[in-house]
Amino acid sequence: MIRDVAQETGGVGEPLINGGIFLIFVVITLVIVFRVSRSSKSAADYYAAGRSFTGPQNGVAISGDYLSAASFLGITGAIALNGYDGFLYSIGFLVAWLVALLLVAEQLRNTGEFTMGDVLSFRMRRRPVRAAAAVSTLAVSFFYLLAQMAGAGGLVALLLDVDSVAGQAITVAVVGVLMIVYVLIGGMRGTTWVQIIKGFLLISGAALMSIWMLGSYGFNLSELLGQAVANSPDNGEAILAPGLQYGETTVDKINFISLALALVLGTAGLPHILMRFYTVPTGREARKSVVWAIWLIGIFYLFSLVLGYGAAAMVGPERIAAAPGGPNSAAPLLAFELGGVVLLGFISAVAFATILAVVAGLTITASASFAHDVYANVIKHGEMDPDGEVRVARITALVIGALAIVGGIFALSAGLNIAFLVALAFAVAASANLPAILFSLFWKRFNTSGVLWSMYGGLISCVVLIAFSPVISGKPVDPATGTSPSLVQGVDFSWFPLDNPGLVSIPLSFILGIMGTLIGRHPRDEKRFAEMEVRSLTGAGSEKAVPH
Amino acid sequence: MSSTEQGGTQQGGTQQPATADPWVTAQRSPEFVQMRKKLRGFVFPMTAFFLLWYFLYVALAAFAPAFMAIRVLGNINLGLIIGLLQFVSTFTITTIYVMFANKNIDPPGTHIREQLEAGAR
Repeated sequence: MIRDVAQETGGVGEPLINGGIFLIFVVITLVIVFRVSRSSKSAADYYAAGRSFTGPQNGVAISGDYLSAASFLGITGAIALNGYDGFLYSIGFLVAWLVALLLVAEQLRNTGEFTMGDVLSFRMRRRPVRAAAAVSTLAVSFFYLLAQMAGAGGLVALLLDVDSVAGQAITVAVVGVLMIVYVLIGGMRGTTWVQIIKGFLLISGAALMSIWMLGSYGFNLSELLGQAVANSPDNGEAILAPGLQYGETTVDKINFISLALALVLGTAGLPHILMRFYTVPTGREARKSVVWAIWLIGIFYLFSLVLGYGAAAMVGPERIAAAPGGPNSAAPLLAFELGGVVLLGFISAVAFATILAVVAGLTITASASFAHDVYANVIKHGEMDPDGEVRVARITALVIGALAIVGGIFALSAGLNIAFLVALAFAVAASANLPAILFSLFWKRFNTSGVLWSMYGGLISCVVLIAFSPVISGKPVDPATGTSPSLVQGVDFSWFPLDNPGLVSIPLSFILGIMGTLIGRHPRDEKRFAEMEVRSLTGAGSEKAVPH
Repeated sequence: MSSTEQGGTQQGGTQQPATADPWVTAQRSPEFVQMRKKLRGFVFPMTAFFLLWYFLYVALAAFAPAFMAIRVLGNINLGLIIGLLQFVSTFTITTIYVMFANKNIDPPGTHIREQLEAGAR
């Protein structure tokens, strides 16, 4: 009965309950942000929460920052519709954390202050390297922000039953304004608490649903899988093995390998993740943060496997594909099937909270990079008081928030694919940032030319290859919809065959880093390298926690 | 990754320190050289291992879907088991690294840091 009503109106459940639970989340987090913001004064407070979080707290916050709407709604939906191929995504997202754990997190915490630019410019010529770091940080953050904002718009179509373009645009604007409020008032401390609460809610919500789900199949995974197969008339047993989404042609397969490379090397180059390591007092706590994050994220992806096949078994791929949000509606529909309007309301609120927490983290990262790297160090030559820098960061956050709202509305109306935008952000992070970070930390001869060649080369090759890829133009017209899945209709200027540029742009960035170092004119700074290396492994001289 | 290893700083140790820069002194101390060697001897091979293992899995999924579809237990197939083994290996490497770092990196790191901070006073 309820289900019939829900299907008639296009959404699921009660929009009032969905919105109400979300409102409660917003009110509670706003109160917390106000309370913790009283002690946010200095630059270390605003950018790095006074370095006062413990490893476990930061680990939960990292999982809250990392598990975006693409992870929660996207992967569950991908598994529900395409079976095993959705699972491949989550494995890439998880294994990637080993790069962060083994090679990046501690060293970054020990050598940097607030941004990725701090580490990259440590022993190089400061201004050009900081400028490059800021350009790349802003590019990655912008693609990621677009994805999250577009996701917010898509989500309301389903959950609040708003399907007019204007209504969705208003929701994007509301999410943008809330995020600006969190960042301006709470700084990194407030943002971190929002991420901790969201991470806790998301993982416990997924746990509740997964255990409920498994329980209704007598805790027998094989039986659940069997029901999912029985409920997938189009694909049948094919959903249990790889190949549905990425298996048809050789280009598909190479495309998939390119995506896998970008996923596994992208995480440790995501600026908003790197910045989280500065919120703990020591490199050792940074290590603990990653360990907590790996366990939480790994367990979450195990739940998403159960939820994805569970949605196929209980809701069925046909209903999911026909729902307003398409694949993204798999998790909410499953929640409704399991626990009715209340569980659906809870899961909807968690999904909104997810978007809110991730965009707040991205905004503070992008604003910190502009204020700290570009404004204070490139424009003002590092001669600027920290209060002035924080003021610039707050103004930047406002501008970025406004841009994200406009960009999000554009991405929504252009129908940009959320998973594609996230994959793009990972590809840029893996191409532009990770090679330069690894060479800076581990290769003595690496110099300023190497950094610039690697970062700009990685960034430009990534963006150019995407511009001339089938994502932008030239995919054949789908007879079912009458339009091409490409962004631009009617023309074909594509010459690069892959959707994801990682397979070319990531090795290219490593090679350019080596070539730039060997050919470039910039000398290396032995003393600064000694200081960087000793600091990175011992933590000597690194920024300590700020008492408050 | 290989290019990051070849650089190293081994040849730096043969030169006599031209200045009394505390960072350079610390970097050339046997304790630091030993610690760096141990750390790199752990993290570089481990990184190579988990990347190879991950790409083996990705390649199997892309090019051998029929192999991955072989049923092992009820509806649970090889693909699912190898996928879950990626989780197991990630958790295991994490745990081993923490034990390694607690034992081999933190004690000499703390010692070198305390020496440097005492010298700076």
